[in-house]
Amino acid sequence: MDTPTTPFRNIVKPFWEAGRCLLFFFLMLTGLRLEGSQWRSVLQQIYLVGARSLVIIMICGFFVGMVLSLQAVNSLEQFGAQDQVGLLVGKSIFRELGPVLTALLFAGRAGTSITAEIGLMKATNQIEAMHLMAIDPVHRIALPRFVAGVISVPLLTAIFSAMAILGSVIFSIGVMGLDTGIFWSKLQTSVHFHQDLMQGVLKSFVFGGTVSLVAVYFGYDSKPTGAGVGTATTNTVVLSSVLILIFDFIITSFLT
Amino acid sequence: MRANYKVELASGVFLLIGVAALVWLATAATDFGQDIGDDTYTLSARFQDVADLRPGSPVKIGGVTIGKVESITLDPVSFEAVVSMSIASRYNEIPSDTGAAILTSGVLGDRYLGLEPGGAPDVLQDGDEMFITQSAFVLEQVIGKFIFSAGSEDGTE
Repeated sequence: MDTPTTPFRNIVKPFWEAGRCLLFFFLMLTGLRLEGSQWRSVLQQIYLVGARSLVIIMICGFFVGMVLSLQAVNSLEQFGAQDQVGLLVGKSIFRELGPVLTALLFAGRAGTSITAEIGLMKATNQIEAMHLMAIDPVHRIALPRFVAGVISVPLLTAIFSAMAILGSVIFSIGVMGLDTGIFWSKLQTSVHFHQDLMQGVLKSFVFGGTVSLVAVYFGYDSKPTGAGVGTATTNTVVLSSVLILIFDFIITSFLT
Repeated sequence: MRANYKVELASGVFLLIGVAALVWLATAATDFGQDIGDDTYTLSARFQDVADLRPGSPVKIGGVTIGKVESITLDPVSFEAVVSMSIASRYNEIPSDTGAAILTSGVLGDRYLGLEPGGAPDVLQDGDEMFITQSAFVLEQVIGKFIFSAGSEDGTE
């Protein structure tokens, strides 16, 4: 399909593109069977996009937690409020930094590889071959990757947040010498399970779905050439990052 | 199937670590599991001024949380704030002359409702009201009074 050829092409195109993406999404979901063979390919994809992203997520989470407590201790020291470091780190990690940074890292680490893989399959006529064998490539290729992304991102977010808390504990208690009891009691009294942690989990489900949908859609929609796959990969990262930050604002403003 | 074994093991371990991280965060770093439970009874108290006490604020005796504020409404006749709170049922021997005060944790911390047990032999039942109350300490009012009294002292001399 070509892009629309009206005089207002540049205005119409984003909406046309969004509509196509949504159609693709519903078309993909009709293939959801929840049976053995499909679960096996989902598990395979969870390994590729989730388990293989574990190391980068853990390292990043740890250092984000450390730098956040460094900044917090330095700023709060001026008011003599170092006791609030646990509260500040906990709330900001659970509500914002955990879900958003994990989703951005996931877009860079896994989204790109999904797009490039599907794009290359298209360029080497593997998608065509599936059509000829009467296998629906959207259900066979795109769906497991999408489901794996939706499952993996919330778990990666939880691991990221846990590592960030750990980094914050090691830095603020071990290095800056804050009190262990005050740190944990601040977290346990002022950080709420439903409002803070669960809001982050909800966000991460939305972000996981967004990044995975954008990745499979751009891969599937890419021009079957080397340059086309490259462009599609770039577009995946750019659009997922922008959408993550826009959705983040929308969800936060509705939930608080 | 031999090649799949490693993949399935790795994804299984990943799922397990993810769920474990979530559980650890919930139990160690949030207020999860610190609810007072569903087994509660209701008490109420009237205050001139509740300041920024909110539904959900803790109710404490001796610093230990025994319940939470359920609702705050205004009595349309006496214009007093009626605070209704739910208390965990295992603390069912609170004397009837117990006083309630709106306190602050730390200098600028959150408000909470502190109960000061009296010595009466009979206990508060579900739906009872506490009559000895002390309103919130509002810094502006205290400063205002202080300035006013300092000024009048100067005037009399």
